[in-house]
Amino acid sequence: MTNSPFTPGIVPGRLQPEAYEANFADLHEPLDGHEALVAADRCYFCHDAPCITACPTEIDIPLFIRQIATGTPEAAARTIFHQNILGGMCARVCPTETLCEEACVREIAEGKPVLIGQLQRYATDTLMAAGVHPFTRAAPTGKSVAVVGAGPAGLACAHRLAMHGHEVTIYDARPKGGGLNEYGIAAYKTVENFAEAELDWLMKIGGITLETGKALGVDMTLDSLKAEFDAVFLGMGLAGVNALRADGEDKAGVMDAVGFISDLRQAGDLSALPVGRNVVVIGGGMTAIDAAVQSKLLGAETVTILYRRGRDAMPASRYEQDLAASKGVRIVFNAMPVAVLGNGAVTGVRAEYTRAEGKSLMGTGETFDLPADQVLKAIGQTLGGTPDGLTLSDGKIAVTDAGRTGVSGVWAGGDCASGGEDLTVTAVAEGRDAAEDIHKALVG
Amino acid sequence: MADLSTNFLGIKSPNPFWLASAPPTDKEYNVVRAFKAGWGGVVWKTLGEDPHVVNVNGPRYGAIYGADRRLLGLNNIELITDRPLEVNLREIKAVKRAWPDRAMIVSLMVPCEEAAWKRILPLVEDTGADGIELNFGCPHGMSERGMGSAVGQVPEYIEMVARWCKANTRMPVIVKLTPNITDIRYPARAAKAGGADAVSLINTISSITSVNLDTMSPEPSIDGKGSHGGYCGPAVKPIALNMVAEIARDPETAGLPISGIGGVTTWRDAAEFLALGCGTVQVCTAAMTYGFKVVEEMKSGLSQWMDEKGHGSIDEIVGRAVPNVTDWQYLNLNYVTKARIDQDSCIKCGRCYAACEDTSHQAISMSEERVFEVIDEECVACNLCVNVCPVENCITMEELEPGTMDTRTGKVVEPDYANWTTHPNNPGACAAE
Repeated sequence: MTNSPFTPGIVPGRLQPEAYEANFADLHEPLDGHEALVAADRCYFCHDAPCITACPTEIDIPLFIRQIATGTPEAAARTIFHQNILGGMCARVCPTETLCEEACVREIAEGKPVLIGQLQRYATDTLMAAGVHPFTRAAPTGKSVAVVGAGPAGLACAHRLAMHGHEVTIYDARPKGGGLNEYGIAAYKTVENFAEAELDWLMKIGGITLETGKALGVDMTLDSLKAEFDAVFLGMGLAGVNALRADGEDKAGVMDAVGFISDLRQAGDLSALPVGRNVVVIGGGMTAIDAAVQSKLLGAETVTILYRRGRDAMPASRYEQDLAASKGVRIVFNAMPVAVLGNGAVTGVRAEYTRAEGKSLMGTGETFDLPADQVLKAIGQTLGGTPDGLTLSDGKIAVTDAGRTGVSGVWAGGDCASGGEDLTVTAVAEGRDAAEDIHKALVG
Repeated sequence: MADLSTNFLGIKSPNPFWLASAPPTDKEYNVVRAFKAGWGGVVWKTLGEDPHVVNVNGPRYGAIYGADRRLLGLNNIELITDRPLEVNLREIKAVKRAWPDRAMIVSLMVPCEEAAWKRILPLVEDTGADGIELNFGCPHGMSERGMGSAVGQVPEYIEMVARWCKANTRMPVIVKLTPNITDIRYPARAAKAGGADAVSLINTISSITSVNLDTMSPEPSIDGKGSHGGYCGPAVKPIALNMVAEIARDPETAGLPISGIGGVTTWRDAAEFLALGCGTVQVCTAAMTYGFKVVEEMKSGLSQWMDEKGHGSIDEIVGRAVPNVTDWQYLNLNYVTKARIDQDSCIKCGRCYAACEDTSHQAISMSEERVFEVIDEECVACNLCVNVCPVENCITMEELEPGTMDTRTGKVVEPDYANWTTHPNNPGACAAE
């Protein structure tokens, strides 16, 4: 092994082998029993608690924390899973600092919220470690539902439908289920193959068939699904990636951040994964942060995030920004790429400072160059192909209450559908609510 | 700097903080550590006759916890000292000689026979101890043998034994009372009638702290069985304060010196006991929970408060609150208050709302924006919202000035004091002449 953070180009093995394990270890060590009790004791058991309102899946947080405090984390897990069957993953990846923990009255009182996310993980881990699946299916209804996409929305929908006694078939284009939980989230947030383990655990409900490697528009059409099933739920996420619209985007070394993260998540050996010496990440969301931090953890010498607006406008939370900074990532605000430099392969990015004029951004004319051997685009994803007959709203499948599309018998939720933030927890809520609506429609 | 020194029955101590007769005062080693830490005195753990008692060899304590596993109540099935009488006497003598400025009281428990008391009193006197405390309080174990609370529950026995002791020693006699009775005034009166110089209270309360739901045994469990223990710690303080006040304001015992015991954990607790008529306080659970060092906070806190209030000595505090302890029937029914919520300090937890809406008078409103406000028309001023609010002083009770309208009753607040005894709804009301 001769590579180091200073080796030019995009190369693997920049670090000593043991460094990878340390760098990609759990972001938060799980709470042990004592820590969980101490944390749980801080909950005030608020009336109509603000944390519940702030949770897209409306988990009864004060109740589950009280259940932990009284020595029944298993009951706490049931409270969580009743609202959010992917409560284990959400405990790991939710931006709690902008959801439940931001609303916690102890955040208001002392600037230190109850550790809701970590307590949720404590509870869900306890029950999942026991191998217990807490739900059973209702009597078979004889109805069948197709779910497209085995990500958070599709899985939440499928699980709720299966609970109600319907037969569910999930189709997913990728070789594995889990969607972004499996392919799109930073590795240090979901260690030890948690996404896969959670999927297996979820499937224990029964009545769900998962068919991988089957893409809508390739292996089946919406019409064929409608013909074969009593209802269809679309939760295939966003397959397309926005273009940079800067000169030189086609140079070698420019790639999509989602692909980079996906490769990383599926890599058997992180030391075999190539990464640039100088990495520039373009964008301001969680994907940008995840890609930037992981580039650094893979051994890049410098990693810079270019975000075209100011800090306050950044979709990634302040917590995530600080996490990135703590790992050595530099965030340059109010700057946009105008050209990718290099002769064949990337050697740098030319950026221009911006200023806001009303709602639009203008270049100030002042530019600067950043050295780069790798450029990761994290500037948003798009729906890609849209099945005929569906109406779009802002580039996503238009849905009304509980995920109804304009097409009878077809529901949609998650990132591919309009409304809501593109978060795991939002996708779960949408999938669950669509399932309830489908159930109502099917059994009348 | 306020003077914390006390003179209780002629027994002097540099501060009013004594360690109660209990496990912390069973040995020279512990008591010397306590004196080094700054305690004003100790009541040596109860001596009995030889052959000495034995204790269980399993757990002796059970506990009740608050948030963050804060110890709120402790229960104890340990008996009196399980060391030979001679060893204890020798150590008491040595400690008193080495620490002459500290109070040294010796707790005693021997059978209800005058001969037994006559035997032990001279031995204690010989140690140079400053006084004795008669343990008529322990509710567990020894009471099964006709001692401890078995004596304290029969006023005639209290009077009889107190009289024997007064007749057989020159040392001041303090009678330690059990709270496991219906009316604390009767045993206190009996102690006084027997000539006792003072009473100390409360001893521990008969209790089972918990049941082990796996083994179905009370805790602490001794080989699968449990026996009631004596409850102490912060949880018992309100019971102790009331009993102290009952004795302090009873015309038959008013002025009888009291050493206050029961959940004294901070300087503030101690000040409250003093205000209700105690000349000294005795501490156990706080020391057992945090170690002897807690006395530093007790001394500095009491001293600071006395300075702030202009109290120069302990004597100036003792009993100051007693005149304000009265019967319910004399409480002023024309004193009207309403809850007030300080919106700036409210953290919007909604506990006041839940408490009032579910369990009280529906006198707090809640808006969409989680603004909580008192509805004066419904507020009876019960104080529950104040009690459940996690933020100190966020909710307070504000007095309605005389002449203002109480919108709940539709009546103007009267300026004059009026109580139940003259209220028209009272069948036995006597009209003011």
